[in-house]
Amino acid sequence: MGKIKKGVRLEHISKIYKDPKTGKDFYAVKDASLTIEPGSFVTLLGPSGCGKTTTLRMIAGFESPDEGEIYLGDQPINALTPNKRDTAMVFQSYALLPHYNVFDNVAYGLKLRKIQKEELHRRVMDILALVELDGMESRMTHQLSGGQQQRVALARALVIEPSVLLFDEPLSNLDAKLRVSMRTEIRRIQQEVGITAIYVTHDQSEAMAISDDIIIMNKGIITQKGTPQEIYYHPNSEFVADFIGEANFLNGVAVEIKDDFALLQVEGNPIKVAVQAGMEIGREYSLVLRPESGNLIDKGGLPCKVVLSCFMGSYQNYHVLVGKTLVKLTVHNPKNRRIYQEGESCGLAFGPDDIHILL
Amino acid sequence: MAKSQSVALERKKLMADPVMVTTIVLLITFLALFILYPLAILLVDSFIGNNGLTFDVFKRVLDMPTFRKAITNTLNVGILVGILSTLIGLLFAYVEVYVKVGKGVGGLFKMVSMLPVVSPPFVLSLSVIMLFGKAGLITRFLLGIYDNSVYGFWGIVVVQTLTFFPVCYMMLRGLLKNIDPSLEEAARDMGASRFRVFINVTLPLLLPGLGNAFLVTFIESIADFANPMIIGGSYDTLATTIYLQITGAYDKVGAAAMAVVLLSITLLMFAVQKYYLEAKTAATLTGKASRGRMLIEDRSVTVPLKAMCALAATFVILMYICVPIGALFPTWGYKFTPLTFKWFNLVFTRYHGFVAFRDSFLLSLVSAPITALLSMIISYIVVKKRFSTKGFIEAVSMLAMAVPGTVLGVGYIRGFSGGVFHTGFLQGIYGTALILIIVFVVRSLPTGTRSGISALRQIDKSIEESAYDMGADSFRVFMTVTLPLIKDSFLSGLVTAFVRSITAISAIILLVTPQFLLITVQINEFAEKGAFSVACAFATILILITYSSVLLMNLFIKHFGTSKQIKESLNNG
Ligand SMILES: Nc1ncnc2c1ncn2[C@@H]1O[C@H](COP(=O)(O)OP(=O)(O)OP(=O)(O)O)[C@@H](O)[C@H]1O
Ligand SMILES: [Mg+2]
Repeated sequence: MGKIKKGVRLEHISKIYKDPKTGKDFYAVKDASLTIEPGSFVTLLGPSGCGKTTTLRMIAGFESPDEGEIYLGDQPINALTPNKRDTAMVFQSYALLPHYNVFDNVAYGLKLRKIQKEELHRRVMDILALVELDGMESRMTHQLSGGQQQRVALARALVIEPSVLLFDEPLSNLDAKLRVSMRTEIRRIQQEVGITAIYVTHDQSEAMAISDDIIIMNKGIITQKGTPQEIYYHPNSEFVADFIGEANFLNGVAVEIKDDFALLQVEGNPIKVAVQAGMEIGREYSLVLRPESGNLIDKGGLPCKVVLSCFMGSYQNYHVLVGKTLVKLTVHNPKNRRIYQEGESCGLAFGPDDIHILL
Repeated sequence: MAKSQSVALERKKLMADPVMVTTIVLLITFLALFILYPLAILLVDSFIGNNGLTFDVFKRVLDMPTFRKAITNTLNVGILVGILSTLIGLLFAYVEVYVKVGKGVGGLFKMVSMLPVVSPPFVLSLSVIMLFGKAGLITRFLLGIYDNSVYGFWGIVVVQTLTFFPVCYMMLRGLLKNIDPSLEEAARDMGASRFRVFINVTLPLLLPGLGNAFLVTFIESIADFANPMIIGGSYDTLATTIYLQITGAYDKVGAAAMAVVLLSITLLMFAVQKYYLEAKTAATLTGKASRGRMLIEDRSVTVPLKAMCALAATFVILMYICVPIGALFPTWGYKFTPLTFKWFNLVFTRYHGFVAFRDSFLLSLVSAPITALLSMIISYIVVKKRFSTKGFIEAVSMLAMAVPGTVLGVGYIRGFSGGVFHTGFLQGIYGTALILIIVFVVRSLPTGTRSGISALRQIDKSIEESAYDMGADSFRVFMTVTLPLIKDSFLSGLVTAFVRSITAISAIILLVTPQFLLITVQINEFAEKGAFSVACAFATILILITYSSVLLMNLFIKHFGTSKQIKESLNNG
């Protein structure tokens, strides 16, 4: 596919809907700005109702933004209808044309583009081979399994060689096992074709597994954009930290700031953390500790008390109280370690880099 | 918060779709010109005199004792017919949903619900006259009563009730099926008798639905022209009074004012039904019943209920059979043997039967596909499109449902005989086949639109969006996706439109010119003259035509319709 790759840019996009119950207008998406690089795989992730689908549908052209402009490459596309936009969408419900067979479903977009018969046939068959559906071209769509239908939907979107592929929770109707294999498949095909992809999901492991970048949305607002690692280790808010993976929050007051570390007072004990730009002495900060980043030791660390100790096979699950704050820990490979029992007092230990400070 | 940008963008997107814009403009023009304008001109005619606004016309018609009498007559008939039809409909619906019925009774029910659809509107009037009239088979020959008169109030009530109760039956059947059986079983468990359960649980749930059925029948009854015309005798209703005002008194302005009165009544009732009762019905009965219901097997309940239904159904069927048989007797009321085809012969040799059937058939054949396509387009726009004038399109096409044919007929006479607003513009279509076709289309449009809308609501919107997303414009989406998916609804809309057109009379009788012979008008004429055998012969052939088109349609849908699997996948999608 020798096309010039195009990215997508949203500039201060907002969408206003009327709440059908109260009749009041509200922002389903508010002031969203973001740049999606050509050829990258970006996921929109967030809780239900946060505006992911709305954002995607604005890019596809099914909804019109109330503020801002959307660019495909360098071209503003606000006023273009969906059929004039160089995007293709894979729907959650697959949305295959039920009166056509697999071949005709995939060929539909090409026929509209008046592609000649031989070329059309070749391209359809190539794509069907890519999604591993060769031999099924004359089946009707209701004779396919969910995973196969999803592949047809993907093939149909790919065959017209759009600049951008849009996915709206494409795997949510499949069972857990198939979801995992299909997402790997989608990632493989996207890399093979080198197409820009925007993918909506509320499954964080799915987002982690396939994305170059994750965009976290909450209540219509983009809260953070970054690689999966950045989002996980350096969340910019309690919401993001809590939404992605498990997070413990501790409160600490900065008492000393040096060049390479800072001292914070947590529940009456000083702890050492990596310093972050913009920290001020005397201010209280929220500290994020991932459950797998902490450890329990006999002496030293933050004094704490075990309230739950539970063997989970590959890890030991602890709940400990640091002062009044509950901290959850997962200690992996517990086989040859000392196991702390409920009621025991011990110390919570972590390295300076294991703590992330929310500024 | 301003939504101005999205509104502007939506408009731009719409404008980028010339086929869609043209369709919408044409549609709005059509609806405005052929539904709204004829009604508006009635208002203009009756309120605006030579020196501006005036109530003189209204005063004049309201001073006519005949007109005042017609209003009370119409309301009396309407109310009684509404009540009776709802009750009989409820009986049938209850028996079908709650009582274990055998195949025979089930088939009987199906037939009863089907007959009014395929038969011309005045068939029952004909048979009541032939069975119970002065020379009636039952009254005179079985009971020996020589002076029974069926003409008048009771004649109309009986005939209309028998004509309209199947509509109530089908409406109420749908509602009863949606009642969750566990509600009633809970009451039964607490020791309530079946009758108490019906009164305390079922009936309250059904109340808005009953009101709905009553109003629908009431509107049908007061809009009905054919039956009062044939069996009303000197008992005039609004529809027949308006007709006589035009054809007898040549008072078109007066007729316009009368039409406004009739229209106001139906519109008011329609508004109540549509916006109050329909919403209430939907609110009390949500969703489908979760599981099957325990059917009543107690014979002390089932036997009387079934007997009543079977009796009513047999009576109805007997009435319909009476028409073809009536056409075979040598002289109705005097000589019954040997059976003869002479009336059928006469129809074709003396009474221009061929011409009548050709004209009716061709006009209906032309208007049916137009109606079907138009109603699918309207449904598509109403369900799938978003733009500001959509509300207008929806409202006007629904409005047509509440307009009695007679009112529309008068509107067309006033609106087009002198051209649009009496300017001569479009005067050319008056008296031509075109205006007849337009009337047929307008009269069948609401039914088609309603069925189209419910069919389209079944289709997951993302299916069409995906086609749009692949690069198809609205026109292609409609032709390649929407239409194929609602093929069944389209086909049945086609036949319904055809049947409705070929059996129509109320509006058309006011507009037809001598150059066209229409079957229904012929039947009416012969029945008026008392030539019942000829009327029956005409009606029999008409029933044959409509019935075979319905059969043909069912066959067609079975073989070429949307397959079952596709339908299922649509519903799951
Ligand atoms: N057509 C509409 N009219 C009014 N409100 C709408 C409309 N479409 C969406 N909304 C509302 O806008 C908000 C965002 O909806 P959206 O579908 O974008 O959420 P989402 O992030 O995709 O959620 P989910 O994960 O549940 O799919 C929700 O509160 C939703 O109820
Ligand atoms: Mg969504």
